[in-house]
Amino acid sequence: MADEPLILGIETSCDETGVGIVRGHTLLADALASSVEEHARFGGVVPEVASRAHLEAIVPTMDRALTEAGVTIADIDAIAVTSGPGLAGALLVGVAAAKGYALAAEKPVYGVNHLAAHVAVDTLEHGPLPEPAIALLVSGGHSSLLLVDDLARGVTPLGATIDDAAGEAFDKVARLLGLPFPGGPPIDREARAGDPAAIGFPRGLTAAKDLAAHRYDFSFSGLKTAVARWVEARQRAGEPVPVADVAASFQEAVCDVLTVKALEACRANGIETLVIGGGVAANSRLRAMAEQRAEKYGVRVRVPRPKLCTDNGAMVAALGSHLVAAGVEPSRLDLPADSAMPLTVVSVPGDVR
Amino acid sequence: MLVLVVDSSTPAVTAALVEVSADGVALRAHRCTVDARAHGELLAPEVDAVLAEAGARPADLAAIVAGLGPGPFTGLRVGLVTAATMGQVLGVPTYGVCSLDGIGHPVAAGEPVLAVSDARRREVYWAVYDGAGQRIAGPEVSAPAVAAERARDLAATVAVGDGAHRYADVLGLPVRAEPRFPDPLELARLAAERIRAGAPGERLTPLYLRRPDAVASIARKPVLP
Ligand SMILES: [Zn+2]
Repeated sequence: MADEPLILGIETSCDETGVGIVRGHTLLADALASSVEEHARFGGVVPEVASRAHLEAIVPTMDRALTEAGVTIADIDAIAVTSGPGLAGALLVGVAAAKGYALAAEKPVYGVNHLAAHVAVDTLEHGPLPEPAIALLVSGGHSSLLLVDDLARGVTPLGATIDDAAGEAFDKVARLLGLPFPGGPPIDREARAGDPAAIGFPRGLTAAKDLAAHRYDFSFSGLKTAVARWVEARQRAGEPVPVADVAASFQEAVCDVLTVKALEACRANGIETLVIGGGVAANSRLRAMAEQRAEKYGVRVRVPRPKLCTDNGAMVAALGSHLVAAGVEPSRLDLPADSAMPLTVVSVPGDVR
Repeated sequence: MLVLVVDSSTPAVTAALVEVSADGVALRAHRCTVDARAHGELLAPEVDAVLAEAGARPADLAAIVAGLGPGPFTGLRVGLVTAATMGQVLGVPTYGVCSLDGIGHPVAAGEPVLAVSDARRREVYWAVYDGAGQRIAGPEVSAPAVAAERARDLAATVAVGDGAHRYADVLGLPVRAEPRFPDPLELARLAAERIRAGAPGERLTPLYLRRPDAVASIARKPVLP
């Protein structure tokens, strides 16, 4: 609908420079530039390399997004930008860019929470999100379980990883198996030819004694070590490593824990909607397992298409659109980048009028 | 022609509006806050404030001038991304000037000058200017002692800039009190010819002078004893 707000979203919290444009819940453009290849040889994202790449990419990425959407910046109603959490220097490039665009075009700017944006992006695919909902956000940088009461004003963190992020475990196990970085896609691919029950890898924080204190928390560090031990033992014995079986069994362990805890959160809170987002949500086994198990609980699983699961500008625009529609005040021009932005803050408040 | 000048290469976060005419460059409004940790928070409100003070709208700008550094990376990028994004929206050219020129150029009057800013990690960013204000060495990043030696070789008689105050002992040159940080009027003067000629704008490439701290991850440690 033409009278719905036209919102631009900017994302630079990690290694992707994203600019997205939405009208209401309709995605018009999703332009992306990635520095992932520059980080590959380091086995992880190098913050300064990412920040430099954002500065180089932001203007051309904006041009592509505007062209793709067939609009000019003068048509835009508001600009949303990830102001946290993420890599401090990388966030700052996006926040300063958003303010430059907002200043020059005389538009309001919203500093928004990256994780809430991962939830909001699903509205572009499946329409308005029923509230309350449970959100499972899993990527190389985060693993969180949230109760989404009101996506415009506040979400309640239920649990998070106590050590590695789920995506980080994929990266580390991929490296161990000689697969490329980032590890999610190659493990998913290898696992298709493997037996998920071949090796019984541990499920972190699922034992009764752990559940008392960490009902909705995750731990992937022990799993990662268990995989390393298993692979090394094979190598020392001079036996070949069955890469597909290790990948499938590892992936099964991760997906098992994630879906069990997410669905338990739905059941305990009487909630019928589970949204999964973040790069790991692109994993085919996670999607299949969640859908299969959710049926038992009468829960509807919403997972956006893979391109919207990984970091992008469209998710930020989607959240911005939701905030504008809900009448939330924009942020001020002294909006900071906040690398440790708490989950309870969906957008940085402006002046209270 | 109304021109916006920004520089965030030093702890002094600076925005200014200047009027560039056929016979000179005049300051219309100026904001500067010295805070090495808040470039991202400070610059946009400063730009907003100088526009308001001059009673101008962003669309009135004819060009944008930005200090390209050298300077600590995170803060430096704030000025450059602000200039680049505003230039993109407004469709006006952006011009880069070496930030040290905004410190050294105005001081050069007959004798060579060493301009110095703080590069942290016990190093300085520096450049040397001849008596006419032309840069003859730098910009470089090195230990203050190295800058001092080069300045001596080039017969500099005075040092200027925040870094010169900080490392006055090592530099062994008399230190000029001002400018301590890049002077926006000076940055505009150095771009004035290009502005008046309507020269094509340039992509604002920061003078990092240092490679990113990126250590290739070492071989994986075994977990088995
Ligand atoms: Zn993310």
